Amino acid sequence: MSKRLIDLQHITKSFDGQMVLDDLNLYIRENEFLTLLGPSGCGKTTTLRIIGGFEMPDSGSVIFDEKNITELAPNERQLNTVFQKYALFPHMSIAENIAFGLKIKKKSKSYIKDKIKYALKLVNLDGFEKRSVDSLSGGQQQRIAIARAIVNEPKVLLLDEPLGALDLKLRQDMQYELIRLKNELGITFIYVTHDQEEALTMSDTIVVMNQGYIQQIGTPQDIYNEPKNAFVADFIGESNIIDGLMLEDRLVKILNANFPCVDEGFGKNTPVDVVIRPEDVELVSPEQGSLEGDVTSLIFKGVHWEIEVLANGYEWLVQTTHMHPVGSHVGIQIDPYNIQIMNKPESSDERAVESCVT
Amino acid sequence: MRNLKRQLLAGPYLLWMAGFILLPVVMILYYAFTTTSGHFTMLNITSISASIHLKSLLLSLKLALVCTIICLVLSYPLAMILNNMKLKRQGFIVFVFILPMWMNFMLRILAWKMLLSNNGVINTLLETLGLPALDILNTPSAVVFCMVYDFLPFMILPIYNAMSRIQKDILEAAKDLGAGNIIIFFKIIVPLTMSGVVSGIIMVFVPALTSFAISDLLGGGKVLLIGNVIEQAFMQEYNWNLGSGLSVVLMIFVIASMALMSSKGEEGGASVW
Repeated sequence: MSKRLIDLQHITKSFDGQMVLDDLNLYIRENEFLTLLGPSGCGKTTTLRIIGGFEMPDSGSVIFDEKNITELAPNERQLNTVFQKYALFPHMSIAENIAFGLKIKKKSKSYIKDKIKYALKLVNLDGFEKRSVDSLSGGQQQRIAIARAIVNEPKVLLLDEPLGALDLKLRQDMQYELIRLKNELGITFIYVTHDQEEALTMSDTIVVMNQGYIQQIGTPQDIYNEPKNAFVADFIGESNIIDGLMLEDRLVKILNANFPCVDEGFGKNTPVDVVIRPEDVELVSPEQGSLEGDVTSLIFKGVHWEIEVLANGYEWLVQTTHMHPVGSHVGIQIDPYNIQIMNKPESSDERAVESCVT
Repeated sequence: MRNLKRQLLAGPYLLWMAGFILLPVVMILYYAFTTTSGHFTMLNITSISASIHLKSLLLSLKLALVCTIICLVLSYPLAMILNNMKLKRQGFIVFVFILPMWMNFMLRILAWKMLLSNNGVINTLLETLGLPALDILNTPSAVVFCMVYDFLPFMILPIYNAMSRIQKDILEAAKDLGAGNIIIFFKIIVPLTMSGVVSGIIMVFVPALTSFAISDLLGGGKVLLIGNVIEQAFMQEYNWNLGSGLSVVLMIFVIASMALMSSKGEEGGASVW
């Protein structure tokens, strides 16, 4: 494993008495593509701004490359930021925008010229030097913002929802561009988004946040397949989250039906949250299923059908390639490996959730 | 048909423009280039070179320039301070600065005449404090002082406007790229507020150059600006031809200064008008 580049230790931050981050601990490894993922107001942008130096934490420290940089101003940090609304300088040409950081560092003219050329090539905008900012589309402006940041050869690139203002197709293209860029540059990316698909596509590591607390840290596969709590399960993709009772090891009771599962160690007759992904619910003939229900809704989604099945009082969300017309009577079957059992949070305090994660 | 109706809507404005802008200008031009008997002449224009006229034109230019510079120097830092305040307080301070504009222009000038007079409030106050009296009434200083007082809002507002339009993340981006406060000020804030500065300069310089009421009341007849000379030509000598001729000369200066500033404004990014 590569070394820890950034270490956030016991970071606390509040705005106007409102707690935004509470004792946040997080480290970021060198050359990692790390994504801070969560709904708005979860503290992800504040975390990024603290790393960038735009916000001072109330307490705690930011360690960068084994040095404490908590008190350092943004212009003294070895990292660069790509802002959500591009933040290009409107009174400068594209070349002047890209050269801004290099001119401050007093680089030679020929060096700056080469760097501009290199950066524009890297973001697929060769020959845009003389263009004005106004004449560029949103996607192009965001590429220039990335070029402007990377010419400074930062060790870390911070990206604050950089694709948020772009349309869907462009967003998907840019996701691949960013992965390519990260591999070519070999630097650390810290990416903030509320879009779970974006996070799953690009990240090495995803940090799921909610209400100022880290809910789960893991690879995209971990986060998707093994959500640690109901919040993560619900936020990452769609899920059926149902109250269950763990009868004994490897047996859970959901909606008055018993399902074999693979989880152990929850004790006997323990209330739990059960998460089942919609694509893991198998619709079979009524007599073959552990539960019986009726199809209440059917929507064609392209790759699959999205079906809602009412069974024992719960609306199951099912994604399947087989069509079942509305009103048909079906059975529900689930592979034991696809049943996720999670402890119920002990209180509304998210700290309980956090401590079982880290 | 609908198009015609829409064009008819512009009718009142066209009438207004024809009656109150175009016609007066044509009349001024007619008087400026004719003698009292209606013959063509350039004498009304060339009379600007008469030493008394030239002197007052130069004084007008000088006082307008000084007034504009003082307004600019006062307004720019103020706009910056305002812009960094909380939004609620910004509105209040802007309101305070605009408040005097709600009072009658002449009333404000007369008020300053009272305040600045030898036994006025200011001098009485200075006297009780044992400080030397401020003897500036009937001098160019008093005229400039009152001009600055009257025209300051016209400088503050466009600069403050331009400054508040600068997005916060542009400043953060500059900082992020390694710029300190001095570089941010000269490379980002100044160029991005240039359009406001240019608007402000025009809106202060032009009325200051053409004003005559302030110098009339606070100059005590000793400070003769080109506006006063033109007023005298019309109102005292009843020489409309000379007054029109000098007005045309003044108009050329106004148009030239506006053109000069507008071209500067375009270089700075946004156009002024």
